[in-house]
Amino acid sequence: MFSPLLLQSGESWCAYFQQGRDFALSSPERQGVAPDLAAVVAMKAGDQGALAELYDRYSSVVYAVALRVLGDAGAAEDVLQEVFLQLWRNPAGFDAARGSLGAWLAVISRNRAIDFLRRRRPDTDIEDVVLSVAPDLAAEADRSRAAEKIRGVLGTMPVPQRSALEMAYFEGMSHSEIASKTGEPLGTIKTRIRAGLMALRKAFQT
Amino acid sequence: MSGHEQFADDLALYALDALQGQERANLEQHLATCAACKRELEQLRGDTALLALSTLGPKPPQRARQRLLDAVAKEAPMTSRARLQGVPNHEVRTRSWWPWLGWAATAAVVLFAVSLGKENYELKRDLRLVSSILSQRTQDLEQARNLANSLTDPDSQHFTLVAMKTPPQPQGKAIYLRKRSSLIFMANNMPSLPSQKAYELWLIPMEGAPIPAGTFKPDAHGSATVINPPLPRGMHAKAFAITVENEAGAATPTMPIVMMGTGE
Repeated sequence: MFSPLLLQSGESWCAYFQQGRDFALSSPERQGVAPDLAAVVAMKAGDQGALAELYDRYSSVVYAVALRVLGDAGAAEDVLQEVFLQLWRNPAGFDAARGSLGAWLAVISRNRAIDFLRRRRPDTDIEDVVLSVAPDLAAEADRSRAAEKIRGVLGTMPVPQRSALEMAYFEGMSHSEIASKTGEPLGTIKTRIRAGLMALRKAFQT
Repeated sequence: MSGHEQFADDLALYALDALQGQERANLEQHLATCAACKRELEQLRGDTALLALSTLGPKPPQRARQRLLDAVAKEAPMTSRARLQGVPNHEVRTRSWWPWLGWAATAAVVLFAVSLGKENYELKRDLRLVSSILSQRTQDLEQARNLANSLTDPDSQHFTLVAMKTPPQPQGKAIYLRKRSSLIFMANNMPSLPSQKAYELWLIPMEGAPIPAGTFKPDAHGSATVINPPLPRGMHAKAFAITVENEAGAATPTMPIVMMGTGE
């Protein structure tokens, strides 16, 4: 039912990556990636212990997102299982040098959960998921601090802005769906969502 | 760093998977060539990961860890080389049955419809066969009835041929088929009878008492027929005879015998 979630053809992927490689590797967040990198490499070689290590590190992220989207513990557990099994089966899909595994897992988890929520086949455009993220997600303590900070920002955000973000992210609604649900024009929804993301980004740039 | 302003809003939506249709296609086309927008998209996706972080709190149940490790241990072992090359494995069947149920139900319905269709086809075919047999039988029955009716139809003309210069005599002909217990009897020139009386036909068996084979009254011309009266099965007929009885018929013949004939 779930198609392999990771990019099959590395070609265009790598070509793009060559451009940004040096830039990516020089980013400060790359230091936090080192332990992830080691574990992913070991996992690629078939080390089940390495998978367990990554699970211990990121299962709470994957589970929390899935649970928020689906609202059902059983279903969230299934998504958790699915995401890590796919990582195990196709570790080459994630290049640890390109981004944060934790953030990447969060994105995959959210997308899988939305697909499940909407009973649809996974969108195969998931592959080119490259992202750079400011907080280091590898360490749990850092994550909790970051989570609290983000919750704070969301709390102070104007309600229409926050709810537009949540509808798009946690309910997987398209901008036209949000527009018709709220009765607001498309342009307004677009601006709100962008503004919301900017607000979150700013909270971590200072 | 922000990309082109015109795509700025769309990028944010795209990062959230909330952009669809023509706008999405346009943006993807633009992204294929614009490094700046790609970088911005990367940033925006990072921002969405922050949204994911906001959910942090609930922990997965303990058993989930073991469940994963069990599943991994059960997997057909891939060679290290294959894994490093990123050969994708088969699609996983997860415990989550809900989407699977939909497909399974659809498959079941399709299979059932196919089997119903097949059964329907076979039933129709059998019906056609039965119909054709029935129509053939009906035809045969029709023919047999016509034959019988011809013999007894009042409009039928009976001709009795006798040697020249011989006055007509009472005459009877019986055609008996033992294996079917079937009897056709025709009489002509029979004298008419008083109203409460009738002629009775008798089958004379090889041994034993005569067997009743139907009663008849001659018409205005003196003709009469008896066709397939009820008879015991397989009687050997030595002769046939006629007596005069009461209209209802008798179980044993009343003397005298007025006509008799043995087999030809």
